[in-house]
Amino acid sequence: MIKKFLYSQKVAPYVFVLPFILVFLVFWVYPLGSSLGMSFQKIQLGQEASWIGLDNYEKLSGDGVFLKAVTNSAIYMVLTLLILIPFPMLFAVLINSKLMWGREFFKSSFFFPALTSVVVAGTIFRLMFGEMEGSLINSILGWFGIDPVKFLKGQVTGFIALLALATWRWTGVNMLYFLSGLKNIPDEYYEAASIDGASSFQKFTKITMPLLKPTTIYVLTISIYAGLAMFIESMMLWNGNNSPKNIGLTIVGYLYRQGIEKNNLGYAAAVGIVLLAITMIINLTQLKLSGMFKKED
Amino acid sequence: MRRETVIKVLLFLLFAVLCFLILVPFYAVTIASFKPGEDLIRYGLNLKFDLSVINFDNFAYLFTGDHSYFMWFFNSLLLTVVQVALTLIVSATVAYGFAAYDFVGKNLLFVCVLLIMMVPFEILLLPLYTLTYNIGLMNSYSAIVLPGIASAATIFFFRQYLRGVPKEIIAAGRVDGASEYGIYMRLILPVMKPSFAAMAILNGMNSWNNFLWPFMVLSDANKYTLPIGLKTLLTPYGNNYDLLIVGSFFSIIPIFILFVAFQKYFIDGMTAGAVKG
Repeated sequence: MIKKFLYSQKVAPYVFVLPFILVFLVFWVYPLGSSLGMSFQKIQLGQEASWIGLDNYEKLSGDGVFLKAVTNSAIYMVLTLLILIPFPMLFAVLINSKLMWGREFFKSSFFFPALTSVVVAGTIFRLMFGEMEGSLINSILGWFGIDPVKFLKGQVTGFIALLALATWRWTGVNMLYFLSGLKNIPDEYYEAASIDGASSFQKFTKITMPLLKPTTIYVLTISIYAGLAMFIESMMLWNGNNSPKNIGLTIVGYLYRQGIEKNNLGYAAAVGIVLLAITMIINLTQLKLSGMFKKED
Repeated sequence: MRRETVIKVLLFLLFAVLCFLILVPFYAVTIASFKPGEDLIRYGLNLKFDLSVINFDNFAYLFTGDHSYFMWFFNSLLLTVVQVALTLIVSATVAYGFAAYDFVGKNLLFVCVLLIMMVPFEILLLPLYTLTYNIGLMNSYSAIVLPGIASAATIFFFRQYLRGVPKEIIAAGRVDGASEYGIYMRLILPVMKPSFAAMAILNGMNSWNNFLWPFMVLSDANKYTLPIGLKTLLTPYGNNYDLLIVGSFFSIIPIFILFVAFQKYFIDGMTAGAVKG
């Protein structure tokens, strides 16, 4: 009886997707729900929790360090979007051109940095941006007669190091996304445009960019995610979750500091909920503006 | 004709310069791993290549010294293999359910898959941490593996792949009297092989490099994975940069070799989600 039930065509699909349902309930719905609940409590690991209503959120709204973390994350996200979408798109178009030599070699080389773990990449960049005269970036600045810079001690220079790390690791990956998008654009479009006398620039803006839109939206979505959730990069560059005057503190860094380092779980949960809200608002607005909801099946 | 050659040369030069910039850090790490540790502390990571200071001391220290590097390495390997195997099996099964059937609630469930891809996992750190603590899974590998076994990105990829597989295979299987599960096991899984390779590589790379969640779960140094072990070499009381740099160099090697051998699969896995088919 049971066997017949499980083997019927009506029940089988649920058996197939059951693992997802379970994982989704246990590791997403439950934690999200409990995160929301925790955010209304004063709660510490191993102690009795107490309900405090909106206190955590009220405190957050006046918390200067949290505001600093949100600002840092937002600036980091915007800057990575400005670097990691146009340049990889341009590189992909160039590398895809018939005039390109050594395409496969360049594709692989650009991808290499993505193979390193953040721990390793962060360590390398921390040492490259070291304050000694002899460390890589400062020695290059030295060739131009510029005095050594203490990169990780200043707001702007610290962000330069962070962005250099992000650019190094992700340019090649995003370039590959755009390259795979380019593969789906039929050559005939360009041939037809050539016959009509279109310039390369016109072909790029009138054919390439519009047809790359789905790829661009995908890259934009994951970049927003990655930008807002950034934490380990900062932790590795500053060798811990503490940077001078919090110049490298991010939202997740603050969540980690309050929740794990200070065992202030309720307050940290509120930070997480705010991050969730920010991510959802930005992503849904972005998807709506780009018309994703209209044509999706 | 002339103009084309000029463009070709300029393009090549542009990419050669970019490529040089991208590879410089790898060069710096590689030569640093052959330099004495004091050199690194005094001068930082740089491009100086001085044959007179080049030696194998760091490697000797790494291979013979009294520390846990190879244990971390082995732990990472074990965890990666287990995690990839479980994730692929579970995600492929789920993806087949989505691709092959129409059932009540399918769209809603699939929206959940997409939602997971959009919500930062970091939001769940604390509740997952308390959950792990409460059910006594702290310091265990199950706590690292389980939350990711129905990986949204992997399900998405397999589903896209399965949409390209003719439904006639399933129909033919039914005609021949195979059960729903028999069809999946004997007819579909073999067809999925190439997509397994791409996802194995991509998930393997992520698992090998995974840091934050394992870092929070594991407290026993004997269970540390490579990235965590390397991170612990940096302490407030002093940094073992010589060991760290040669350890970092050595941690990139296996994944480099894999990449060179299976380049296509890395790229397939990486770019799967980008194009809506």
